[in-house]
Amino acid sequence: MTTTPQEHAVRFAGAGAVRRLAWPSTRYCLIGSAVAIAAVLPLTCQSFVIFQLTEVMIYGLAILGLNLLTGFGGQFSLGHGAFFGLGAYVTAILMQHYDVAYYWTLPAAGGICFVVGTLFGLPALRLQGLYLALATFALAVALPQLLKFHGLEGWTGGVQGIVVDQPDAPDFLPIDPDQWLYYFTLAVLLVMFAGAANLVKSRTGRAIMAIRDHPIAAAAMGINAPLYKTLTFGVSAFFTGVAGALGAFAAQFVAPDSFTLFLSISFLVGLILGGMGSLPGCLFGGLFVLYVPNIAQTVSRGLAGAIYGVIMLLVIFVMPSGAAGFTRIAWAHLSRWRSRRTQVNNLIEGRTP
Amino acid sequence: MQLLLQQVMAGLANGAIYACVALSVVMIFLAIDHLNFAQGEMATFSTFIAWQFIHWGLPYWVAFIAVVAVSFIGGIAIERVLFKPLHHAPILASLVGFIALFSILNSGDGYIWDYTIKSFPTPFGNKPLFGSVLIDTHEAGMIGVTAMMLGLIYLFFRGTRLGLAMRAAAANPESARLVGIRVGWMTALGWGLAAAIGAVGGMLIAPVVFLEPNMMFGVLLYGFAGAVLGGLTSPAGAVIGGFAVGVIENLAGTFIPYVGRDLKLTIALVVIVAVLMVRPSGIFGRAVVSRV
Repeated sequence: MTTTPQEHAVRFAGAGAVRRLAWPSTRYCLIGSAVAIAAVLPLTCQSFVIFQLTEVMIYGLAILGLNLLTGFGGQFSLGHGAFFGLGAYVTAILMQHYDVAYYWTLPAAGGICFVVGTLFGLPALRLQGLYLALATFALAVALPQLLKFHGLEGWTGGVQGIVVDQPDAPDFLPIDPDQWLYYFTLAVLLVMFAGAANLVKSRTGRAIMAIRDHPIAAAAMGINAPLYKTLTFGVSAFFTGVAGALGAFAAQFVAPDSFTLFLSISFLVGLILGGMGSLPGCLFGGLFVLYVPNIAQTVSRGLAGAIYGVIMLLVIFVMPSGAAGFTRIAWAHLSRWRSRRTQVNNLIEGRTP
Repeated sequence: MQLLLQQVMAGLANGAIYACVALSVVMIFLAIDHLNFAQGEMATFSTFIAWQFIHWGLPYWVAFIAVVAVSFIGGIAIERVLFKPLHHAPILASLVGFIALFSILNSGDGYIWDYTIKSFPTPFGNKPLFGSVLIDTHEAGMIGVTAMMLGLIYLFFRGTRLGLAMRAAAANPESARLVGIRVGWMTALGWGLAAAIGAVGGMLIAPVVFLEPNMMFGVLLYGFAGAVLGGLTSPAGAVIGGFAVGVIENLAGTFIPYVGRDLKLTIALVVIVAVLMVRPSGIFGRAVVSRV
């Protein structure tokens, strides 16, 4: 029994590789209403909830970066927490040591992560699957150690970390800093998601997915696989790095132990539960990795980890291909049921289909 | 020279721990074709059960054998209950399963046996071996047991029908099923074996690193690194890889000036990635060849 490339793609990426079933019009309506709700929300919530929602968007953006690499590119990474941390530190160092305005640190953080990611993508070309996982995992383990390293303490502040000033809202807006950070993050998120959506739909995106689905066939069609794979690494690190920069604003503090292997693993959990190769799925992943540990914590302090694990298992049993795959399968069932109903109606009324 | 020898021996002693873990990582990889992130937590859980048995007054070796048996059954149960339903899910879904299992076992350990550090007995004693200061009897015993397990595993996989069936089931499930191998049960058996080997590893490590819920986490990182360095398809490679990681880490810490002490783990990982550049499937691993 061999699998066709298409089946292989479905197995690897969940339902993400299958063509979207929603009509564009419905999709744009959904996106529009989601953005509208997101825009009104901070005016009605307490500042703690606003802070949490900001964090959800930041995690969602970081997971989007991982998704570009893993969901679309088919390369596995256990080290995206390191890019997140790198982005956060670039922002913190630029703001506190060089007095750079906060909004300028975003492109800098993204740019540096892009360069580091691309450079890391070069050796990654030699490695596949679990061996690549180990190499990226080395990145995640090495970063906190490097940040604590006494030779770099002048920049990184060593174990103490760096305090980051919270960005103030512009004077003409009557909102507090938490709300401003929320809107700022939302704006960055929308731009980045639009960019990712276009990237995925473009010729480049198709090339990236072709390499994921069948590297040899893709190379035979003339796709420069090493180039695209390396660039995917860079772009993915760019997205996660920008998320890290936003994370530094939100936490108002960066320290080496915030960026351990556990962060990388929770990105991966968010990605898989949200749905590989799905853009909205990333936000579901962000919601999950932010809220579910908190919920588990309130149920029982001693067994919080166990409850988190059980919830994870329940979600993956119910939705093995993530939230996105689940929605897509549900939608497919619904539309098949609808079309069958119209066929039956047509037969009853004596019309030919 | 004396310093070098001393550091190499100390590295080998640490390496024996990593080799134990690497071996169980490779075992489960051979059986299920996945890297099990919860491996270390399963071993810790088994070690806690052993501690409980000994605490209740059972002799060491009785507790040892009982725990290996319990772990074997537990491993099979985990596969049947948790991972069989995920068999047809996308590949990465089982990764979430591993992480969830990790989280559940880790938090369960802490809840049942709390987070205080417990000492764990060793059957080999802690006297210096032959009066030498380089290595003590427990470390020597640990290396000996690891070597013995490796030998048994080799005999099992190369010399028995069941071992052959398990290898076939992991390498090519469809063809294996066509020749009448019950692939599902082979996978479950692989889990059982990996859990039992992990339990042995945990009980050997516990006297050195002391028993607590996070005992295995650091060790597991090195164990993975050792397994990947040696090649995930080769049990002997994993053991050698584990020893190599221990030695590299110790030598880097001692002999590389300025950065060595703070960054010895980082340096060890850089060395491993550099080796992988030259041998992308590990030193002793088979390169994966796929039919187009």
